[in-house]
Amino acid sequence: MKESGNTTQEAFPGQVHQAPGGGILVSKLDEVINWARANSLWPLVFGTSCCAIEMMSTAAPKYDWSRFGFEVARATPRQADVIIIAGTIVNKMAPVLKRLYDQMPDPKYVVAMGACATSGGPFFYNTYSVVKGADHVIPVDVYIAGCPPRPEALIHALIALQDKIKAGGRIDKIRIEKQ
Amino acid sequence: MTNDELKIKLGELFPSSAFEEGTEWTTMLAEPVLWKEIALQLRHELVLDFLFCITCVDWKTHLAMVYHLRSTTTQDTVVVKAKLDRENPQIATVSDIWRTAEFHEREAYDLFGVQFIGHPDLRRLFLTDDYEGFPLRKDFEDPVNMIKL
Repeated sequence: MKESGNTTQEAFPGQVHQAPGGGILVSKLDEVINWARANSLWPLVFGTSCCAIEMMSTAAPKYDWSRFGFEVARATPRQADVIIIAGTIVNKMAPVLKRLYDQMPDPKYVVAMGACATSGGPFFYNTYSVVKGADHVIPVDVYIAGCPPRPEALIHALIALQDKIKAGGRIDKIRIEKQ
Repeated sequence: MTNDELKIKLGELFPSSAFEEGTEWTTMLAEPVLWKEIALQLRHELVLDFLFCITCVDWKTHLAMVYHLRSTTTQDTVVVKAKLDRENPQIATVSDIWRTAEFHEREAYDLFGVQFIGHPDLRRLFLTDDYEGFPLRKDFEDPVNMIKL
């Protein structure tokens, strides 16, 4: 995936034609939809360990992720687009995470933040209680390295996710057939 | 009271008890079978009304229970240790003397398998009810999740 330097100033991906009465005509409806989705990602408030503090810092004034359109952190999966797995996922938490993911409306995206969420973590790895990566439970779109990642890294990952959405590329999500 | 004064006082109350030397707090070694009586006396004679920590230690040859007691009136702190048999670890519950012991003992049962005799509701606290084994024991093996180093 090609990285763009600055996605925030991207122009409206359609053509505006002046029409009598102030009407607007657009082309490439898909691109417009992707553009809208990418620029209004609502993250779910989900943090299990130290990465959550880093996520709060990203939301706080110093880094202020609302500049990129992640302003509205939702406390319910029903209104969230992206779940940022900020922290360790233990075996007891895995079904809860799965349930939250299932309750999110499509299209939904997953960011695995930090070493625990990507691989089980640097120091909890060899233990009986920790799931070795959130991708054992739900499909992940973007991984962030670091322990914990700095707020810049989280913002970078979210921008990468935006690029992914704007390009229209999505991993086919695993669908669980209803029994 | 200073540690030495506490030791003298405890020696009067429990003539048969042994003490550990060179510890920050007065540390008494108790027999598991006598633990309930000792605990009752500590609670009422020395007014140690706050049990602030219960620990279990796996020494590979045996398990040890460690009880940290403090008095909220005299600020005295006493530590009591009891050695348990590793194969069949049993000790009387003190959840009826110090209410906080109920959850602490459930935790020790959950992770070490210590049986607390007389506990009102002895079941796992952190792990799921169908979990097999006691993961904080030194000989615990989990071939699915853990790598042998």
